Amino acid sequence: MTDLQDLYQELILDHGRRPRNFGKLVDANKTAEGYNPLCGDKIRIYVKVGGDVVEDIKFEGAGCAISTASASIMTDALKGKSRSESEKLFKAFHDLVTGQQRGPETPDLGKLEVFSGVSEFPTRVKCATLSWHTLRAALSGEGEVVSTE
Amino acid sequence: MKAIGKEAKLKTTDNAPKLDVHKIRQDFPILKQLAYGKPLAYLDNAATSQKPQAVIDAMLRYYTDDNSNIHRGVHLLSERATHQYEASREKVRRFINARDKKEIIFVRGTTEALNLVAQSYGRANVNAGDEVLITALEHHSNIVPWQILCSEKNARLRVAPINDAGEVLLDKFAELINERTKLISIAHVSNALGTINPVRKMVALAHQRNIRVVIDGAQAAPHTRIDVQDLDCDFYAFSGHKVYGPTGIGVLYGKSDLLESMPPYQGGGDMTASVTFQKTTYNTLPYKFEAGTPNIAGTIGLGEAIDYVSEIGLDSIARYEHDLLSYGTESLSQVPGLRLIGTAKEKAGVLSFVIEGVHPHDVGTVLDREGVAIRTGHHCAMPLMERFGVPATARASLAMYNTREEIDVLVAGIHKVKEVFAL
Repeated sequence: MTDLQDLYQELILDHGRRPRNFGKLVDANKTAEGYNPLCGDKIRIYVKVGGDVVEDIKFEGAGCAISTASASIMTDALKGKSRSESEKLFKAFHDLVTGQQRGPETPDLGKLEVFSGVSEFPTRVKCATLSWHTLRAALSGEGEVVSTE
Repeated sequence: MKAIGKEAKLKTTDNAPKLDVHKIRQDFPILKQLAYGKPLAYLDNAATSQKPQAVIDAMLRYYTDDNSNIHRGVHLLSERATHQYEASREKVRRFINARDKKEIIFVRGTTEALNLVAQSYGRANVNAGDEVLITALEHHSNIVPWQILCSEKNARLRVAPINDAGEVLLDKFAELINERTKLISIAHVSNALGTINPVRKMVALAHQRNIRVVIDGAQAAPHTRIDVQDLDCDFYAFSGHKVYGPTGIGVLYGKSDLLESMPPYQGGGDMTASVTFQKTTYNTLPYKFEAGTPNIAGTIGLGEAIDYVSEIGLDSIARYEHDLLSYGTESLSQVPGLRLIGTAKEKAGVLSFVIEGVHPHDVGTVLDREGVAIRTGHHCAMPLMERFGVPATARASLAMYNTREEIDVLVAGIHKVKEVFAL
């Protein structure tokens, strides 16, 4: 049960049930769709980028607790961040959920730390990273459907 | 609307000998392990079944003692390998009651069998404006090969609808059959819901108009006795690995006159009688459709698996599993907030469900840590998931070695899911 409690922490369950920044962002200038064929999770990320900064970000879609909470907490974490800060956070988050060693320049993950338990569940890494991959696609303006496969 | 005829029933004969599940479990070494310190409850049999020691031994024996290429060596090993390979063909013939063993084509699995029919029979017989008919229950492997064919030929893929229980609406199915229909391909048993289709009746409907019927038997072969002559289907496909055999081997049965008339699917060694740079004469059946060195070990393993299930008896297996399925259905129905997806009157081996407030993927993870292996996702049947308005389901699928105790562990695991998610 310990592993499960590590995975499904209260904060994750809360964001899974009541995702923040959920819905369409009408004045978005970047968007992308992500898809995890393994479990059927689908997500669309809307970003409003001003200059180099993520001014606003929202998402919609349906997914498991991990992918929904990940998208919710990610959108909270990225508001006001620059592209390069976002990219650094993604790298740090990816290292966290795949159980990699933390480098000396790892940024503070804040609430995103709650996903550390995912590293004990290799089959769930894709759920946790779907929103991040989708965000990257949105920011790079590829505008295509991103698949975790 | 009554969707399923009486003849769809599994051929469970009440007087079939009772199967001894505890004795059977001893034959499957993989079932003895613990998963996260708990007894493994393997309930993912619709994805693949486990292998009895006899199958594992037969393949090991082949590679240890008899490994050789078939149909061409004059030496002792080749003779032994060829003999075993062809003996498996005869076992398959008996298993599905085909008339002749030349009607048994070895392929990689159900998917390859369906693609073979689409690419060989389909391309030769389906033309612009024609229609291919399937049902809303189909697995992607019984959708996509026909889409590819229809797109190439400018033909149309039609889909017979189902009701909320997951049963094909026979009258709608019949209405969709018309003078443009060239081929019908239907699942015997649905992988995602477990529905048993009244395939015999569906074949009869098609044959009234002289339309050929393919049956995807991947989920039927482990659970029910198959008699292709009684069904009168034109093609029947199944996979070895779902019927306690190895992966990478499967069967396409086809009526010999059809197979004779069809162009080859793949070219290569063993499918030819004579080759010059000007012209190639093809080999006779079944070799015309078996180009290249086949999966010899897999074929021998499949033969052994057929021996194994035949000794227990498909009637006994069907009777036991039917009882287990009823027990599982009843147990799951009592869990508040749980909705069974697929409640056909005639079902085999599958309990597909969703739990209010929890995504199936999360259900699967919690159950996994309880030692319960189930499948979560769309089960390669995305149009079917859409029909039921769910992105995915959790699916427990049964085999003859599962027990009521394992169902109880599943139900206890579901209660744990609700505990974790504070429901």
